[in-house]
Amino acid sequence: MKKLSQIKHSAAAAPHIVWAVLFILLPLFIVTYYAFTDADGAFSFENVTSLSEYLKIFGLSMELAVIATFVCLLVGYPLAYIMARANPKRQKLFIMLLMLPMWTNLLIRTYSIMAILDDGGILNTILNTSMHIVGTKGAVIFGMVYDFLPYMVLPIYTCISKIDKHMWEAAADLGCNSFKVISKVIFPLSMSGVISGVTMVLVPSISTFYISQKLGGGTFELIGDTIERQFVTGALNVGAAISLVMMLLILLSLAVMNKFTDSEDGGIIA
Amino acid sequence: MSKLIELKGISKSYDGEKILNSMNLYIRDREFITLLGPSGCGKTTTLRIIGGFESADEGELYFDGVEISNVPTYKRPVNTVFQKYALFPHLNVYENIAFPLRLKKIPEDSIREKVSEMLKMVALEGFENKSVSTLSGGQQQRVAIARALVSHPRVLLLDEPLGALDLKLRKDMQNELKRIQQSIGITFIYVTHDQEEALSMSDTIVVMADGEIQQIGTPTDIYNEPKNAFVADFIGESNIIDGIMLEDKKVRLAGHVFDCVDGGFEKNEPVDVVIRPEDIDVVPVDKGMLNGYVTSVTFKGVHYEIIVDIKGFKWMIQSTDYVSPDSIIGVYIEPDAFHIMKKSKYSGKFGDYSSYSDEIEELSNADAAEEF
Ligand SMILES: Nc1ncnc2c1ncn2[C@@H]1O[C@H](COP(=O)(O)OP(=O)(O)OP(=O)(O)O)[C@@H](O)[C@H]1O
Ligand SMILES: [Mg+2]
Repeated sequence: MKKLSQIKHSAAAAPHIVWAVLFILLPLFIVTYYAFTDADGAFSFENVTSLSEYLKIFGLSMELAVIATFVCLLVGYPLAYIMARANPKRQKLFIMLLMLPMWTNLLIRTYSIMAILDDGGILNTILNTSMHIVGTKGAVIFGMVYDFLPYMVLPIYTCISKIDKHMWEAAADLGCNSFKVISKVIFPLSMSGVISGVTMVLVPSISTFYISQKLGGGTFELIGDTIERQFVTGALNVGAAISLVMMLLILLSLAVMNKFTDSEDGGIIA
Repeated sequence: MSKLIELKGISKSYDGEKILNSMNLYIRDREFITLLGPSGCGKTTTLRIIGGFESADEGELYFDGVEISNVPTYKRPVNTVFQKYALFPHLNVYENIAFPLRLKKIPEDSIREKVSEMLKMVALEGFENKSVSTLSGGQQQRVAIARALVSHPRVLLLDEPLGALDLKLRKDMQNELKRIQQSIGITFIYVTHDQEEALSMSDTIVVMADGEIQQIGTPTDIYNEPKNAFVADFIGESNIIDGIMLEDKKVRLAGHVFDCVDGGFEKNEPVDVVIRPEDIDVVPVDKGMLNGYVTSVTFKGVHYEIIVDIKGFKWMIQSTDYVSPDSIIGVYIEPDAFHIMKKSKYSGKFGDYSSYSDEIEELSNADAAEEF
């Protein structure tokens, strides 16, 4: 009996295993293979050692992604908090409004922002000004925040709405004013949501390329753009090496972030 | 003892339904006062208004003579032990108890001293670094009490704090709470729907029903001199019988005239008469003031519970002597066992044991009386 159920169990898992091998492990292997070979397929460290050229781009990507993530957290946390504390009907409306932009293609959204912020764009026309926004770091960060904000808000919202309602009362009862209720009790209790949100914004922000291409106005290059350029120009091996290092860096930062939370339902990586 | 807290004409409605109806109550300093009543009668609501979690629609709340209706929770010198404890899961036992002290920016060594004093009081020494989620219900309860008491509030509010514990632990915690209250000498406002708990712990009991106070008094007052049929029925077992007060110290019921000790009623005023089951003696038929037919006898450990049909009304008698079912017995009642009460809206709803059985006891007596 037990054997049979085990067989059934593994039979049910088979599609997932096939999927994992085909679309996760195999690509990973291919990326690793390309990263450590040269154009002729011979083993080589050259791709990896050549990466020092891209250090500056790495740095810039990191900087913009971190700033964008921070802004998302600053804007997203209060929004998530207000959503979680609203009455149930309002909560549904809030979620709808938050999700609505996500139904539009990311590229189209980015183009729309460009149309608004461009030198001769809608904003400048309406205000009758000649602000130069597209092509600045600010524009790229704005684009990232706009595109990725829902990924920050949703996990935090979910986390706060799961907190026992008595926590607010107990904190106030023991002497917390409304600000301290949040800073001493609710924020710490929503930490796992914050970690998830930060991860879900930081990772795509680091590797984004179209946002920087469009809103960066071609004035600067982020690591995503570099990778894209490598593949477009056929330099598969270098592209693969950069991707691999990126992946390791992201993995490392996730591990560090997970250290900050010791709750069971913590970050992305359990 | 002076009035510490006073509720004046407090009313509260939810969705147009009146939950508290113009409630007046004062609570003295250092007393153990219990709000007692059936589920939904407004006990928790009253407590939440005192704690500041809910505001009253009407009326005023005074603390030490000062109106505090608009003072926010965190500024009230009142702390709460919540029914589900509401410990902070991100903090360990020590930090949970230290929480209110840290808010006050008390120096670290003084915090350590106070926390360990509290841990000692609730018998949880050595639990400092435990995560609160690993504690048993009783232990969590103690942490909640320690956390609520560490900043020396003037008043502790407890909403059915023992509700989630098993019977044995409940009894232990009852004693412990009473001991703590007496040793630190502060006011406890305690909510329960368990009358035994209320009787054994309280200095004062406030019996509530339907958003109104039915009676306020010491446990013995409430038990011996219930004000109406609701209180008589809710506290302990009672036979509640229609009677006529012929004159002072003379009451007629079940077709007989009895001597009693109460007076102060109109001539021939209809009244409710309460006779506790343990105040009725079983005697031979020829010596009985009334005679009745035994319909059931149940052994309860200390005594037998005997249901007797006297002129169509079922009485409960508790006696240590066995009588056999289906026999005829006489009953004898001392004059001071008759408690005469004015008629109220609860008259006739309680105190008849015709539908009595252990299963039906779970239902409210009012429902059972209507059904049978
Ligand atoms: N926030 C609320 N919204 C609507 N109705 C409420 C609310 N809080 C309490 N009530 C209603 O008020 C009534 C009294 O509730 P309360 O919690 O004070 O009763 P209780 O005496 O504590 O009962 P229990 O012994 O079951 O805890 C109940 O009918 C309850 O449904
Ligand atoms: Mg309640």
